Amino acid sequence: MSAFAPRRLWALCRKESYQIVRDPSSILVAFILPVILLFVMGYAINLDADHMRIGLLVEDPGPAAVRLEQTLCASRYFEVHSGSSREALVTRMAHGEIRGIVIVRSDFTSKLKQGHGDAAVQVITDGGEPNTASFIAAYVQGAFDTWQRDLAVDQGLQSAPTLDLRLRTWFNPGNVSRNFLVPGSIAVVMTIIGALLTSLVVAREWERGTMEALLATPVTKAELLVSKVLPYYVLGMLALIICLGVSVFVMGIPFRGSLLALVGISTLFLGSALGMGLFLSTVLRSQFNAALAALTSAFLPALMLSGFVFEIDSMPKALQFLTRIIPARYFASSLQTLFQAGTIGASLWANALGLGLLMLFWLGLTALKTRRTLD
Amino acid sequence: MLKRLLRLIVKEFQVTLGDKRARAMLIMPVILQTLIFPFAATLEVKHSTLAIYNQDGGQASVELIQRLSHTAAFSRILMVHDDGALQETIDRQQALLAIRFPMDFSRNLTAGRTAPLQVLLDGRRSNSGQIAAGYASQVFQAYAAERGAKATSTLSVRNLYNPNLDYKWHILPSLVAIITTIGCLIVTALSVAREREEGTFDQLLVSPLTPAYIMAGKAVPGVTIAVVQGSFIAVAAAWGYGLPFSGSVPLLLTGLVFYGLALAGVGLFISSISENQQQAFLGVFAFMAPAVMLSGYVAPIENMPRFFQWVAICDPLSYCIPIMKGCFLKDFGFRDAWHLLWPLLAIAIVTLSAALRLFRRHIA
Amino acid sequence: MIPAPTDQDLTIEVHDLVKRFHAEGPAALDQVSTGVAHGSITGLVGPDGAGKTTLLRTMAGLLMPTSGTVRILGLDPFRQGNLLREKIGYMPQKFGLYEDLTVLENLDLYADLRNVTGEERRRSFEKMLAFTDLAPFTARFAGKLSGGMKQKLGLACSLLGSPQVLLLDEPGVGVDPISRRELWRMVRELAQGGMTVVWSTAYLDEAELCDDVRLMNHGRVMASGAPKTLLGLLEGRCLHVANLAGHRREVLRRALNAPEVMDGTIQGANVRLLLREAGRRPDLASLEAGPAATLVEVEPHLEDAFISLLGGGPGGDSALSKVMPRVELDPHTDPHAVIEARRLSKRFGDFTATDDVSFRVSKGEVFGLLGPNGAGKSTTFKMECGLLKPSEGQALVMGIDLKSSPSEARQRLGYMAQKFSLYAQLTVMKNLVFFSGIYGLEEERQRVKIQQMVEAFALEPFLDTLTGELPLGFKQRLALACAVMHEPQLIFLDEPTSGVDPVTRREFWTHINGLAQKGVTVMVTTHFMDEAEYCDRIGLIYRGRLIALGTPDELKQGVATPDRPNPTMEDAFIELVQGADR
Repeated sequence: MSAFAPRRLWALCRKESYQIVRDPSSILVAFILPVILLFVMGYAINLDADHMRIGLLVEDPGPAAVRLEQTLCASRYFEVHSGSSREALVTRMAHGEIRGIVIVRSDFTSKLKQGHGDAAVQVITDGGEPNTASFIAAYVQGAFDTWQRDLAVDQGLQSAPTLDLRLRTWFNPGNVSRNFLVPGSIAVVMTIIGALLTSLVVAREWERGTMEALLATPVTKAELLVSKVLPYYVLGMLALIICLGVSVFVMGIPFRGSLLALVGISTLFLGSALGMGLFLSTVLRSQFNAALAALTSAFLPALMLSGFVFEIDSMPKALQFLTRIIPARYFASSLQTLFQAGTIGASLWANALGLGLLMLFWLGLTALKTRRTLD
Repeated sequence: MLKRLLRLIVKEFQVTLGDKRARAMLIMPVILQTLIFPFAATLEVKHSTLAIYNQDGGQASVELIQRLSHTAAFSRILMVHDDGALQETIDRQQALLAIRFPMDFSRNLTAGRTAPLQVLLDGRRSNSGQIAAGYASQVFQAYAAERGAKATSTLSVRNLYNPNLDYKWHILPSLVAIITTIGCLIVTALSVAREREEGTFDQLLVSPLTPAYIMAGKAVPGVTIAVVQGSFIAVAAAWGYGLPFSGSVPLLLTGLVFYGLALAGVGLFISSISENQQQAFLGVFAFMAPAVMLSGYVAPIENMPRFFQWVAICDPLSYCIPIMKGCFLKDFGFRDAWHLLWPLLAIAIVTLSAALRLFRRHIA
Repeated sequence: MIPAPTDQDLTIEVHDLVKRFHAEGPAALDQVSTGVAHGSITGLVGPDGAGKTTLLRTMAGLLMPTSGTVRILGLDPFRQGNLLREKIGYMPQKFGLYEDLTVLENLDLYADLRNVTGEERRRSFEKMLAFTDLAPFTARFAGKLSGGMKQKLGLACSLLGSPQVLLLDEPGVGVDPISRRELWRMVRELAQGGMTVVWSTAYLDEAELCDDVRLMNHGRVMASGAPKTLLGLLEGRCLHVANLAGHRREVLRRALNAPEVMDGTIQGANVRLLLREAGRRPDLASLEAGPAATLVEVEPHLEDAFISLLGGGPGGDSALSKVMPRVELDPHTDPHAVIEARRLSKRFGDFTATDDVSFRVSKGEVFGLLGPNGAGKSTTFKMECGLLKPSEGQALVMGIDLKSSPSEARQRLGYMAQKFSLYAQLTVMKNLVFFSGIYGLEEERQRVKIQQMVEAFALEPFLDTLTGELPLGFKQRLALACAVMHEPQLIFLDEPTSGVDPVTRREFWTHINGLAQKGVTVMVTTHFMDEAEYCDRIGLIYRGRLIALGTPDELKQGVATPDRPNPTMEDAFIELVQGADR
């Protein structure tokens, strides 16, 4: 008797596939949820704050102040709400109706005329939303600079020598956050398919008693394991194709890399994610616990620690180290490269190595923990 | 009947917390997440690498590089010596930001002319790149301001509620709501499915307990778990992470109870439409992932397309997070939070009654 | 009693086998040594927790022995499992097939796993499908099969690849008598073809048909040998009380209380007794069995041997009934229709599970609902206790329609589900507290009631045990305790004795009888035909219709023929079902 009989393997894979196809919930998770999540992450998570609502209080009727007001209103970044009093605006900010307040005091024009440099425009932001707050501060600063320059030109003043920062965003000239968030979310979505679905499959066999019958047949450990990996690998690849199609053709995200590299990297990633799910399922033998464990150890880390929204370099050293054992980290980075930068060997190989090692680790551990006995 | 309800609730706790593994599953993730996420989930840019190609070599560029290296954003400066290498640092993700000082940079500056300089950022991480570029730009502006004539007016920025824009102040109150979501939903949604799989549900149905009582028995533990987990994280935030707590404790608890009720409603609704634990679990997940995304935690709701803004209106998380933030940072009292509390209650009423309807139909 | 396994023809040899699940814990198998001869059917019998399943699993190579050896066909199932697995078929106790696969897909899977291909596969499928009568259902999902069909399919799957050894773990649990006969016929044919079969069973009438029997208790083999040889000790100890007048259940109760009697059952018109000693008979007069009653010596059965080895059955009085109050029905309730089905029908899609069923059950009556697997008795049962809504007709309990109703009616009924349905994660005590609590028992009354239940069902040693870890018999006892704690006026019992050993079954029926005496109305389903004899009346459901309704005697008389003047309940069952088919 061989350790690996193609017929048995095929039979087990076929069985697994039937079960996948016939369970509406696995279809939901593999095909429908990814599309929903991609849309949510691609359109709803807009880090490029566009029309931020700010309150404006102009107590000074002078032309300089009016001009500043015009500059702010003209900016595409702001939706300006004029207010009558500082207190009213602060209350509205507390309730989250506006995210920042710009105040031009009544003595602004007069101070400006005095020219002591103490004419101040005040910006108050909602620090509860730090990201938005810093965006508002930066954009008001931009509008303020424009206003100041225009004012100087009007008055025929010589402006101070300035530094002219010419920002160029490589790969993503329009700075569309969707372009990097969507590839990153594909990594999260694939983690879900890989780890979440497989975390249930072995536990289910134990709970339903089918494992006992299976173990009494000539099935080998290797066949059992491979038969759990292969069908879900195919499912994962199908989901990847759908994700790719939706992002490129529906959402218009450019894909610049090679498909072959994508398949290669995805294979390694699915190997490690499936391995992790199977490991949890094998060890815990209960759907309830395995599912919770998968949610905590696969999905949330993929969301938080993969670096697709939150910069890994900004995390404390210990956490940075922790991210190294998270498959989604390597996959998110590879996808962002493949989508936006193209096939850049150096960066991809490093990620491939990481994924390969993780795949060996999780699958190896699962193989080690897979027993052919009941106790 | 109240005493019977009490028995039902006690039983629910015994079943949920009786198993050592299940208990660990409700406690461990909360602790781990409270420990890890505040450090991880930050949009700040720290310790990143800056690549510099200095063609200039003049005093101004050296001074600027010196200053850049002293910011928290850039812990490492990578000096390269040609354009190709500069590009490669971005390609290989070795640097987040690359700056090229052109040959005549210092000369231009000394001559009082506008001095252009090029900044490249990695579009794969354009958000972080922009933030980093923002930091760099501040350094440049400050430098220019020092050299230039005094401006006639200034812009003063004050960040209310969170003067230093500390991300933890934003994340921790949000985590109170987010982490709580998982425990509460799983407990309510899966427990009915589990009873159905194990056959104990029938035993309850033939007892004098009515479906409404059975549901209440399931909802109370879920709400309790939400409140306990939420309070735990809140305490950790206030004492462990040193967040200010300016609002009212009763409001925080009320917010958690209302939020727990809304979640229990959602959980019970999911459980009443699913046949087994697996479906219930996947249902919870299908609800939770978008709910977190659309809550305004990652990005403000007003920036979303209309459609998603409407969806966010039904998302209990989008009310709970502002309540928590209000309690911690904004000195909220009940009056301030009322506009957030009633929608939660409304969601709870709608989901709970829908779940009850489905329950009754399922049974009869 | 253990014969030294000297026979060269032994297919399975077990030597000093010990299996402990925890190093310090009790041994699940304690020094078991036995052998199984080639081409024989060996029955494995014993009470719950005796170690039958552990022994079978060890033989199948699924458990590692703590010490001792097992050899099947000369191979060690644990270490040489790879070689052995192709030669043995194993059918676990819990249905181990994929419910979301069709019958044919299940067969295909196991055929591929056992490398049955080409012509051989075609032939064996043909044979299996004919064998199991599953041919018309090949495209049906296994989850949609009835219990008996599932077991047959399970057996078919474990038979693929013509194993030389077949290990069956209680294939007859929850299976109706007709399907059980068919299962038995299949296995017998296989054994004649040279296959060695080990068959664990709770049905002693089944075990009696085996070539060889191993009687296990507490992880040890207590007795082995052919059924006939085991009966030797019982010569002269088995009696029938024949020609009796009066209520048989009452006679049995009195007989069981006699010191000379070890065990007793109702058998047809007679009461069957097992004596402690061959010579000492009970005083016939004290049984109050009527003037014509006589004691007739009869052939002993394996069940008698089993009971005798385990020290006898329970007494005639139910400790439970002692603590139950006498039922006083509401004056408005018709005592002749405590439970009533009025033209009850239930359709699922275009499938009619229950079709126009009507019956009434009087106060204090034990009403049995019998029928083959999948015939619709569970559906009828569930409608009566308000768990399913009838498509047509009414299911009434004490004149009240449960579906519209109200907790007060439910307060008065008790229910014990077919599937074990207490909280496995909770301890025995917590379950008792919970179930008494939701029925409104509080404080002192609750405490007293729980104490009564603990005493009546001997639950004391298990109070802090997790319910999921109880032996099956105690699980069932606890389930009954939870169902009667609130002193219901009527009680629904859905296969309460499924898979339970004979001693525990006796005890259950003692309780049921005791409850009925107190005026509790009992509706019960069962697959054990000897249990059907305890019922006052029986409704036989087949293909959704009530095909027969009457006392056990009436049903039996209905099928009596000149060749078979005294049919058993099983005969009646089979005859009526087959008659309905014609």
